[in-house]
Amino acid sequence: MDKARTVVEMRNITKRFPGIVANDSVNFKLSQGEIHALLGENGAGKSTLMNILFGLYQPEEGEIFVNEQEVVIDGPNKAIKLGIGMVHQHFKLVHPFTVTENIILGSEPKLGFAVNYKQAHKEVERLSKQYGLNVDPYAKIDEISVGMQQRVEILKTLYRGADILIFDEPTAVLTPQEISELLEIMRNLVSQGKSIVLITHKLKEIMAIADTVTIVRRGKVIDSLPVAGTNPNQLAEKMVGREVSLKLDKKNAVLGEPALEVDRLVVKGRQGLNALNETSFVLKRGEILGIAGVEGNGQSELIEALTGLRPVSSGSIKISNMEIAGATPRTISEAGISLIPEDRHKHGLVLDFPVRENMVLETYYTPQFNKRGFMDFDAIDKHAERLVKEFDVRTPSIMTEARALSGGNQQKAIIAREVDKNPDVLIAAQPTRGLDVGAIEFIHKRLVEQRNMGKAVLLISYELEEILQLSDRIAVIYEGRIVGEVNPAETNDQELGLMMTNYKQSQGGPSSEQTD
Amino acid sequence: MNKLIKAITGGSAIVPIVAIILGLLVGAIIMLIGGYDPILAYRSLINKVFGNPYDFGETLTAITPLIFTGLSVAFAFRTGLFNIGAEGQYIMGMTGATIIGVSVHLPWYIHAPLAVIVGALFGGFWGMIAGYLKAARGVNEVITTIMLNWIALHLANYIVNDYLLEPGKGRSYMIDESASVTIGWLSRLLEDARMHWGMLIALLAVVFFYVFLWRTKQGYELRVVGHNPDAAKYAGINVNRGVVKAMFISGVLAGLAGVFQVLGVFLNQAVSASHTGHGFDGIAVALLGGNNPVGVLLGAILFGSLSYGAAGMSFGADVPPEIIRIVIGTVIFFVAAPGIIRWIIKRRLPGKKSKGEVI
Amino acid sequence: MKKSAKIFTGIMLLASLTLTACGAKNNNTGGASPSESASGDTSGKDFKFAMVTDVGGVNDKSFNQSAWEGLQHLEKDTGTKVKYLESKEATNYLTNINQFVRDKYNLTWGIGFLMGDAVKEAAAKNPDAKLAIIDNVVEAPNVASITFAENEGSYLVGVVAGLTTKTNKIGFVGGIDIPVIKRFELGFVAGVKAVNPDAKVIINYTGAFDKADLGKAAAASIYNDGADIIFHAAGGTGNGVFNEAKERLKAGKKVWVIGVDKDQSLEFGDEVTLTSMLKRVDEAVYRVSKEMIDGKFPAGVITTLGLKENAVGLPETSTKNVSKEILDKVEEYKAKIISGEIKVPTAQ
Repeated sequence: MDKARTVVEMRNITKRFPGIVANDSVNFKLSQGEIHALLGENGAGKSTLMNILFGLYQPEEGEIFVNEQEVVIDGPNKAIKLGIGMVHQHFKLVHPFTVTENIILGSEPKLGFAVNYKQAHKEVERLSKQYGLNVDPYAKIDEISVGMQQRVEILKTLYRGADILIFDEPTAVLTPQEISELLEIMRNLVSQGKSIVLITHKLKEIMAIADTVTIVRRGKVIDSLPVAGTNPNQLAEKMVGREVSLKLDKKNAVLGEPALEVDRLVVKGRQGLNALNETSFVLKRGEILGIAGVEGNGQSELIEALTGLRPVSSGSIKISNMEIAGATPRTISEAGISLIPEDRHKHGLVLDFPVRENMVLETYYTPQFNKRGFMDFDAIDKHAERLVKEFDVRTPSIMTEARALSGGNQQKAIIAREVDKNPDVLIAAQPTRGLDVGAIEFIHKRLVEQRNMGKAVLLISYELEEILQLSDRIAVIYEGRIVGEVNPAETNDQELGLMMTNYKQSQGGPSSEQTD
Repeated sequence: MNKLIKAITGGSAIVPIVAIILGLLVGAIIMLIGGYDPILAYRSLINKVFGNPYDFGETLTAITPLIFTGLSVAFAFRTGLFNIGAEGQYIMGMTGATIIGVSVHLPWYIHAPLAVIVGALFGGFWGMIAGYLKAARGVNEVITTIMLNWIALHLANYIVNDYLLEPGKGRSYMIDESASVTIGWLSRLLEDARMHWGMLIALLAVVFFYVFLWRTKQGYELRVVGHNPDAAKYAGINVNRGVVKAMFISGVLAGLAGVFQVLGVFLNQAVSASHTGHGFDGIAVALLGGNNPVGVLLGAILFGSLSYGAAGMSFGADVPPEIIRIVIGTVIFFVAAPGIIRWIIKRRLPGKKSKGEVI
Repeated sequence: MKKSAKIFTGIMLLASLTLTACGAKNNNTGGASPSESASGDTSGKDFKFAMVTDVGGVNDKSFNQSAWEGLQHLEKDTGTKVKYLESKEATNYLTNINQFVRDKYNLTWGIGFLMGDAVKEAAAKNPDAKLAIIDNVVEAPNVASITFAENEGSYLVGVVAGLTTKTNKIGFVGGIDIPVIKRFELGFVAGVKAVNPDAKVIINYTGAFDKADLGKAAAASIYNDGADIIFHAAGGTGNGVFNEAKERLKAGKKVWVIGVDKDQSLEFGDEVTLTSMLKRVDEAVYRVSKEMIDGKFPAGVITTLGLKENAVGLPETSTKNVSKEILDKVEEYKAKIISGEIKVPTAQ
């Protein structure tokens, strides 16, 4: 890397937010033509650092050099002028507009007073071709896949003349195929002289593509080293600050009786169309069944139907031979289903409530916590204290509002509550979404522990890695149907990815991803 | 970080206090522009509120309905509903109390409680209509409660006009002595100020608000519904029933405000051309009090004192009552816009540190 | 910190400066009453008179305003001290009256029918205080009740309307259906029928004295029914009647309004104001207050002021829109009413 020119240098950057130091004298150096990964847990300060570079935050201390010139980046406009572009995790696109309209938005080529669409289309087409992006400039955003939308975001930065591109967790929303295509695009970009900063917490991607990796922990740079000389375990250790095991120790499954039987289940989705089309599967005690699939293929509806939140059109759901299709959520909960919900803020927690009240969300009415209509807070407190301790939920106290907890601890609290209900069936929907390695490790261990205790675990996740790692059996869902079942030991990303898109190459993918 | 945030948001006292001070300051500036003497005006205001037993008692009378309507709005708000209809529920509460007070004749130990209960139920029922429409038909409660305000006004006028009217008086017959909830000895003590048991009930309602919401199972359910209906559904709580129940309780609280105005203050119900504003003031009071029972109590005390004291300002310093509405409005504005207050506090607290930010 | 402290001192400085300034000003205006008193008569300078408005407020362009003008007139003539308080809501009636009573005002007026209960209550609790009420009757030894024979004056504007209408349809917009307003209605209808038995009178009570929008809506529906004249007895609500008439006039349709209480042609212009039914609340307030100064306060007496006392009637500006013949007819009927030859119906 030494021979390459340094395009960005950030020296001794310090940024404080009330009460915390998000960046503490951080040094960061980006060389021309490299892919530089910025690795760290959630809240480690990596996004803050890049937001400073993109002009969204102002640092309290430190200097920034772009192309060896000291600069003050007081806003995104200034960053763009300096040739810095950012591809955000949440796309900022206008859906009814076409690709070109989105790209030129704010810096339209003019023909008199009118927008010169002809020139704009031509320019977009040229850039798309040059970097191998393969985007149709005339398509509407609504009509293209998530992967394509991301490319539009990339084009937006290129159109504004960016030489330094920041990617913020770019693979979080993509299918495996889309991920490998994105990595290809990134290689293409650097080969044509661009420099890339990749914010991520996925070790695999770093190993696959990055040249250099800088690890951030609690606002401080821990290390900056070439990827070539390292390995995932070492990186994970540096990121978390202690040894973590990336491989789960999993005994062979000891299968028991069927705990959950889903038979030809039909459920209508939000638009009134069938979201589940005669879905059938059986989940046994002592196993983890992974449901793999691209987001929006009926997973949410499946979870809602299983927990009683969505009416069932036809078919049956049996838990330990008891029919629960169409029963109320409370009946189902009492029958022995627990759910770690997909969206923990929406379904899992009442964020404004203290931890103790969240711990009894489904059991507040039982005699254990409720005496003649009054909440028995002594019992509730004891219960909460115990769970917090057992599940290592890091909270200042059980009176702390759930909102104030980190994502990982919020998830731990939910898992504590759900597991403590001692269910027969534990549904884990996206249990580690947005969590860091440490929390993921903890949660994975707990899920396997439940399975070892003879519970049936249904794992629904969009992260193939997670499915592959945890499941004893994988069922692939596509357009509301289980289209195949595989043994995780005998499959890989690519095969699963193809099944998930129903053997079609992912030029489209489902374009209607749900907004949350 | 926590300490600072607590100071600004958690310790919710600072914002309202600064807002009040700013409101009074802006009011003073407006008075200066208008050529009035703000110091004399504020002195008259305080004098009017605390100056003598009569006015002090009457200030309490002015505060009482605001406690109820403030609690009503705050209660609904705590359960995720925006009850603009406290006004209508208030009117229905009055009507229920008047019907019983005028047309039924019973011994006092039955009559007064019955009138209170029926009035409260009228208010609760009126709130429940909006709750039901939201639960069963998904109609936004803001719209229905606003409409129900008008329906209540005209329905009440119709009932009073056609069934309870004392000829030539433009109001109902006076309620029976047995239905009245005035406190004679206290009134005599306070130079004939109109004192009534509603004041005590209002304090009990503050306690009820707290105990019910934060100590009972039903209160817990309603709070979950209010804060996160999705989580409520998953937790097996019937959200629709919660909405109806919450609106009923909210309506009962607002209804009680009207009940005690009839049974304790007016002892009759006038044919009313327009809304009294007590219900709408309740929204402001709830906002001032941060939807917190004790906060509502304090908000009602502030609001009621300012409203009642307005006459004092008018009397002592010739300040037109519009000015005091401006002061009240400004206070609410600053409370509702905590961002402004926080900005001001921030400017004053970290002081020098922020200077580095400019570069 | 420093900056805001500076600003604060600045404000306080400004405040104190302006304070002194307006303190001086107050002295001017405050002392104005006695020094400006035109006649030099200071017989009332030891007296304090006050009035409490109903929810309409002192600028209602109606009886509250008229009453305040009466008191201001008294201040000018006799150098007495006068003051008013506006009632924001019904609970304030009693407390506002008590404010004056407790401050030992010589006479406190409750203006308007709605004040009846409050005046009665205050009079009973304060037997030494003197009170007076307009438009209502309070039977108490220390209260003077002033009512008007609105039916008599309304009869006369009914005559005008009956003779002026071209469509034979005439409207009446009332405020709240209470005896005072009923007197307007009954007198008016009788007047119309006396001169034009075929004319139809459309009656609409809006239920409010302070809702111009309701007045406008009521007027619109009456005009749409074919009426060309509306008599309103609805306080501020009546402003809406005028606005509707003006809009129709602009659209090229000639319609009339008959105003109430004051000469409303001065307020709304004589292109829509046919005439007005004057109700001299100011005169009444002035007269009774003056009697108090002269030691002849009619305590416990119910005074009804009518055509004979010149307390109701038509303003002089009526000549502008009403023909001589009709005004002659009016005078004719007026004489008959005063003589008792015609008995104008009244509300019980």
